[in-house]
Amino acid sequence: MTGPGTWLARHAQAALGATGRLARAPLATLFTIGVIGLALAMPLGLKLFVDNARAATGDFANAVDLSIYFKIGTPLEKVRQLADRAQARPGVASVKVIPADTALAEFRKYSGFGAALDAISDNPLPHVLGIRPRAGADSTADLAKLRDYFASWPEVELVQMDIEWVHRFNAILEVLRRTLAIAAVVLAFGVLAVVGNTIRLEIQNRRAEIEVTKLVGGSNAFVRRPFLYTGVLYGFLGALLAFLIVYAATTLLAPAVADLAKAYGSRFALLGPGRDDVSRLLGGGAALGWVGAWLAAARHLRSIEPQA
Amino acid sequence: MIRFERVAKRYPNGREAISGVSFEVPRGEMVFLTGRSGAGKSTVLKLIALLERPTRGAVTVNDHSTGPLPARKIPAFRREIGVVFQDHKLLVDRPVFDNVALPLVVADTPLREIDKRVRAALDQVGLLGKERLLPLELSIGEQQRVGIARAVITKPAVLIADEPTGNLDPELALEVMNVFRRFQEVGTTVMVATHDMHLVREFGKREIVLESGHVRGVEDVQVPTVGAAAR
Repeated sequence: MTGPGTWLARHAQAALGATGRLARAPLATLFTIGVIGLALAMPLGLKLFVDNARAATGDFANAVDLSIYFKIGTPLEKVRQLADRAQARPGVASVKVIPADTALAEFRKYSGFGAALDAISDNPLPHVLGIRPRAGADSTADLAKLRDYFASWPEVELVQMDIEWVHRFNAILEVLRRTLAIAAVVLAFGVLAVVGNTIRLEIQNRRAEIEVTKLVGGSNAFVRRPFLYTGVLYGFLGALLAFLIVYAATTLLAPAVADLAKAYGSRFALLGPGRDDVSRLLGGGAALGWVGAWLAAARHLRSIEPQA
Repeated sequence: MIRFERVAKRYPNGREAISGVSFEVPRGEMVFLTGRSGAGKSTVLKLIALLERPTRGAVTVNDHSTGPLPARKIPAFRREIGVVFQDHKLLVDRPVFDNVALPLVVADTPLREIDKRVRAALDQVGLLGKERLLPLELSIGEQQRVGIARAVITKPAVLIADEPTGNLDPELALEVMNVFRRFQEVGTTVMVATHDMHLVREFGKREIVLESGHVRGVEDVQVPTVGAAAR
């Protein structure tokens, strides 16, 4: 007698009914969605902040280049040989040879000390290898290992890498990331509470209907269904609002950030919420709404039993 | 089929509404449940619809013993029983159609069948054509009949009614009772609680008389001593 079509129709009906009820009390609905939207916008905004901070400073695997300074007098041929060896080393993405002459020419050109350099007969600059670590070898321990390896070559005078700075910045990012996680959890509970309370009020308002439905043989699942859809709708629409808030904020900030980046000679452009962020946000919002509604329904529907 | 065996019901406030009540209504029979207000009629009906469970004794409806029935099986149990309430318990913000369709909707009946059966049920109570009206746009008698249509739409094996004619004039009351009799004639077990003695006599059905929570007697106007276990 009942097929999947009927089942689908029932769910469609419950979903439509939930939508209709939200639309019939637009002010209350907007308020609830607004609160949920703000609660979800905060972790999303924080996440974008972290993402942008990472992007603006470059991925550390690439940003932390190692500079290997050879001892003065090391023949360029030897340096090129060692460059090949460095290239073969796992964890190394690319190796760039900067001969002393090239370095001097560049220095002469950009530094403005050309005349002073002319007074020196010998080139005071060493040959240098620019090593770019492979992405993935980005932990500071890996980098330190790489540095020690190069430093062990007898021809090498100095391996330079601003590892302290990497360390600090990673630590700051870690603090931000944890703040983000904590904020997300706290605000998720906030969303649960908001949805749960709204559903609780709705259950009370529809007490008579619930009683009659149970009286004619409506199961708990049947009675619960429209409230679950209402919860999912609240969560989803709240998440949509959160996206719009964050999208608007990034759009408003983008020109200012672009100006700032230009002032630092960077072509960094502010990242808005990505496809992954949005699908996670909407899915998470809907799931939170569902759970909030389920908790409220489980707690309050059971207590409503028909009285004759 | 409805069977009460030495049933007692004590409410949380300590009041014992009925005690030692035994009777049996065989399948397909129609009986009246009479007695003054407070005699325990409503309690008997609540025990049948499983709105309450017996404190002592056993209530059996459609071969289900209601005492030990687990809560999750109550919805399915109630779908086998049609209940007509004195205050109809209609949803005032839903049209007549939705009210009557509700028992089918909760039972996941296909939409096309719902439409057909709602019309059939409304036709049986003389309300065809009023599907789109709201209950409050109907007269009291019509509201009562919407409640009856809702109670019978699932073709329940047992139909119980609490003062279904309480708000009706004699002519309408008779009409409503005739609706119940038609269901009994097609095999439904019907129990009607009423204090309209005139109507009871006119119908000549078995009568279970309650007095202060006890069965005072089973009066059988038509056929004497059919399956009646008085006291």
